[in-house]
Amino acid sequence: MSLADQLLQYLITGVSVGMVYGLVGLGITIIFNATGIINFAQGEFVMLGGMIAVALTAARLPLAAAVILAVAAVTMVALVTERLAIRPLRGASVIPLIIATIGVSLILQGGAKLVWGPEAVRLPAFSGEQPIRIGGGGIDPQRLWVMGLAALSVAAVQLFFKYTLAGKAMRACAINRAAARLVGISIDRMVRLSFAMSAALAALGGVVLTPVALMQCSQGTHYTLTGFLAAVLGGLGSGLGAVLGGILLGIVESLSAGFISSGYSKAIALAVALVVLWWRPEGLVRRRQA
Amino acid sequence: MKVVSSRWMQVVGVSCLVVVVAVAFSLSGCPPKPEPTPPGPMPPGPVKPAKPAPTGEPVKIGAIFSVTGPASPLGDPEKKTVELLVEQINADGGVLGRPLEVIVKDDKSEPTEAVLAVKDLIEGEEVVAVIGPSRTPTTMAIKDICQEAAVPLVSCAAGRTITDPVATYVFAVPQTNTLAVEACFDYLEREGIDQAAFIYAANSYGEDGYNNAKVIAAERGVELVTVETFGGEDTDMTAQLTKIKAKSPGAIVCWGTNPGPAIVCKNAQTLGIDVPMLQSHGVANMKFIELAGDAANGVQLPAGRLIVYDQISPDDPQKAVLDEFAAAYKAKYDKPPNTFAGHAYDALWITVNALEAAGEVDRAKVRDAVEQTEEFVGTAGIFNYSAEDHNGLTAEAFVWVKIVDGNWMLSE
Amino acid sequence: MIYKHMTKVIRAVGLAVFAALIVAPLVLRSAYLTTTGVLIGIHAIIAVGLGLLMGYAGQVSLGHAAFYGLGAYCSAILTTKVGLPPLVGIVAGMVITAIIALVVGAPTLRLRGHYLAMFTLGLGMIAQIIFNQAQGLTGGFSGISGIPRFSVGRLVVDTDAEAYILVLVVLAATIIIAHNVVNSRTGRALRALHESEIAASVCGVNVARAKLEVFVLSAVLASVAGSLYAHFITFISPDPFGFRFSVNLLVMVVVGGASSVWGPVAGATLFTVLAQFLQKAGEQVPYLDAVDTMLFGAVLVLVVIFLQQGLVSLPARLRSRRRSSQEQGAY
Repeated sequence: MSLADQLLQYLITGVSVGMVYGLVGLGITIIFNATGIINFAQGEFVMLGGMIAVALTAARLPLAAAVILAVAAVTMVALVTERLAIRPLRGASVIPLIIATIGVSLILQGGAKLVWGPEAVRLPAFSGEQPIRIGGGGIDPQRLWVMGLAALSVAAVQLFFKYTLAGKAMRACAINRAAARLVGISIDRMVRLSFAMSAALAALGGVVLTPVALMQCSQGTHYTLTGFLAAVLGGLGSGLGAVLGGILLGIVESLSAGFISSGYSKAIALAVALVVLWWRPEGLVRRRQA
Repeated sequence: MKVVSSRWMQVVGVSCLVVVVAVAFSLSGCPPKPEPTPPGPMPPGPVKPAKPAPTGEPVKIGAIFSVTGPASPLGDPEKKTVELLVEQINADGGVLGRPLEVIVKDDKSEPTEAVLAVKDLIEGEEVVAVIGPSRTPTTMAIKDICQEAAVPLVSCAAGRTITDPVATYVFAVPQTNTLAVEACFDYLEREGIDQAAFIYAANSYGEDGYNNAKVIAAERGVELVTVETFGGEDTDMTAQLTKIKAKSPGAIVCWGTNPGPAIVCKNAQTLGIDVPMLQSHGVANMKFIELAGDAANGVQLPAGRLIVYDQISPDDPQKAVLDEFAAAYKAKYDKPPNTFAGHAYDALWITVNALEAAGEVDRAKVRDAVEQTEEFVGTAGIFNYSAEDHNGLTAEAFVWVKIVDGNWMLSE
Repeated sequence: MIYKHMTKVIRAVGLAVFAALIVAPLVLRSAYLTTTGVLIGIHAIIAVGLGLLMGYAGQVSLGHAAFYGLGAYCSAILTTKVGLPPLVGIVAGMVITAIIALVVGAPTLRLRGHYLAMFTLGLGMIAQIIFNQAQGLTGGFSGISGIPRFSVGRLVVDTDAEAYILVLVVLAATIIIAHNVVNSRTGRALRALHESEIAASVCGVNVARAKLEVFVLSAVLASVAGSLYAHFITFISPDPFGFRFSVNLLVMVVVGGASSVWGPVAGATLFTVLAQFLQKAGEQVPYLDAVDTMLFGAVLVLVVIFLQQGLVSLPARLRSRRRSSQEQGAY
């Protein structure tokens, strides 16, 4: 492979991995905007999406049905989570809320392991395994699914916030909760909606990811942490920022694995993220402030 | 009103969750297609003379496995194996005419927990010997403790540092990474490949493989053109493989346990890398083929005979042991035993045999008996311990296998 | 009158039970109990520091396991590879940890919001990678074995019982320091700013500086605990110093209650004992080992919902059922 080919491959890899970070980050951002909580169970939603889809296809359900059911099931889990662990804490400060989400992530992780065991699982690829050749390298068609879906999700979420009443209400919530309540927006409903939306996104991400990345009950934490960093890098409040932050993380990781050291590539990406944050605490994309 | 409605919401929500989980559980519980049964009728086990039922105080052996935590794919089958064997042994007269009791502790894949567990086993339960732990770090954490307390430890972990240098009370049953790496370099030599890329999982197993490969490559005059690692949670190794492809090595050697190596195979296929892909015995299980799918085909590796137990020659001394263990395990747990299950089998049987040989429940005598183990036919190979060798296996423990059409094939 | 008398009796009995529990491992001469005791002590030392950070500075750290690891690795490397005495290792660990905590804390604690949580999370992940990858220094995944027991001059902490006493002494010192911090000018400032940062700064309290001091102190305490761990277990590998342990520490502080110095101690005790209890019970009850992750999660959620001030608030709560006024909510 020529250097240009390699570079191209690193960029493709970085973007495709980074978009996953970004997708999780987007979900974290949606909940953060509505509630001020950093949801540490977000990665668990990704994991559950993948695991449930695998269980359903193993029961010979068609893939499409499995995907829809998995997303619905995870959305349900998120709503139950919101009802049982988040709503009772209405009025609490942020730290107990964060800790409650960590507790939920442990419950979900432990439950998944009880049901499906510790080993990794996979799903058949959506449109074949024949790689698409690009330069000297290539890309899995499934990765295109992942990237396309991430891009679509971001666009849909942006449109939702811009043009629908519910979206506008959620934005109002993010800017000033007290004022939003004054104009008649039900905060509870917005919080519920944010949990449902971000869980659905995460589950969908988990399902499309499982054919290429495999899925394991213990993997949720990994997705939460990388998604969280992507969201922070993007300014914690901007969905687009989270996706851009994720892509930046992915590219730095891929390039440093290629040119510096694969052992330290994650550490390098993290260090870059921390330096960016130190230099620009508001993140890459400035959050719209009231 | 509001209170009632929200309480209803809660009830409905929880029941929905329960239903979803229950449905998923029941669905995943029934396998879609029956496992292909080995050809031919199951040989009836050799008829043994019925022994009298064990009586008296149970003989206590301790076991420490990583039943939960990141290493649970190792510890879980190990625990299952021990439970299976204890049933069998007690049904067959127990140990020294007494019932066998194995106290299994979970170290949660953590060295600290292993330390606590071993202290409780040695002092609280007063076990005669300890088998496990599953991982090298957890074993290393308790190596000195067992040595100082003079309690025999038969580890299920493969790290070189466990038995080198030899501690008088510490033994190990897995085929070492040293032997496995040597088998891989034998292959490279046979094929005349003198440039290879090495990629390993960032965990104790992968690292031990790399440390061995470094030394053996230098001895054999094979150049490691690039050495890469991947994290246990990584989901894409394309960047590492791109770098490897650019160096155009004659073969790729990958060292790790599921699921990372499966992703390595998939990504290599995506990049169109067509040099031989060698893996370690860490992936010698059906799960690996399931995870890597089509990309698993063509992968070659050194493995214990357990994975191809139905293909080895009937003359093979291990044949009977493997057949019997695999059949019993499958009957009880509905899936074939993997390498780690085999390690627990070997560790427990070696200890039990040593107890019988020692003739009494005495730690020092059991240690001596373990060290004098000769020609013990286990799942990993044929064990011959000595004062200098506390691993007991030779290169003979491995066969070279290749994955063809999604199945393990013994290759000569 | 009778009631007043009763509380005195209860308090006396409580103290007696407490004292009995502390000396129990020594009297029973059980290595298992003593080891559990040492681990409780080590966990409590870190939890007290983290409790100060959370309860008094209103900040959360998601990477305290990294400081714990830093102390452990400094001690292990300096004693086994350089051959320095353990005391030098502990002090070096404290100094290095303090510097890193300063570098991370100084820019982040000036900002409002949870930047410290993000930075410590990132720091924890980077530290874990370095512990894993810097094989020449840290021994990689195989870790470092043969770490000497703790000693000062000719005094060697050789047995588990001696290690237990050492950890108790350090824990007592930690609690005294924490009490002083709470009751010092800084402590009063911290309590003030937990109510209102603006009010505190109007009163002439340097909020950022006060937070930074507590953060550095808590990091240094974690490092000391790490050194004690290394000298006690005599083997270290990267496993105990990951994100999972950072979360466990949070659990200890939250369950115990961060509003008092004793809360984290109670939390660390309960956490460590509960883990061992579940382990023991798991040998009898099938599937229990599989649900213990879930159980910890459930305990965490229930405690933050029903017992926001943690276990230490329980007696006060039982005494007076007055509902505590809730603070400014997140939503």
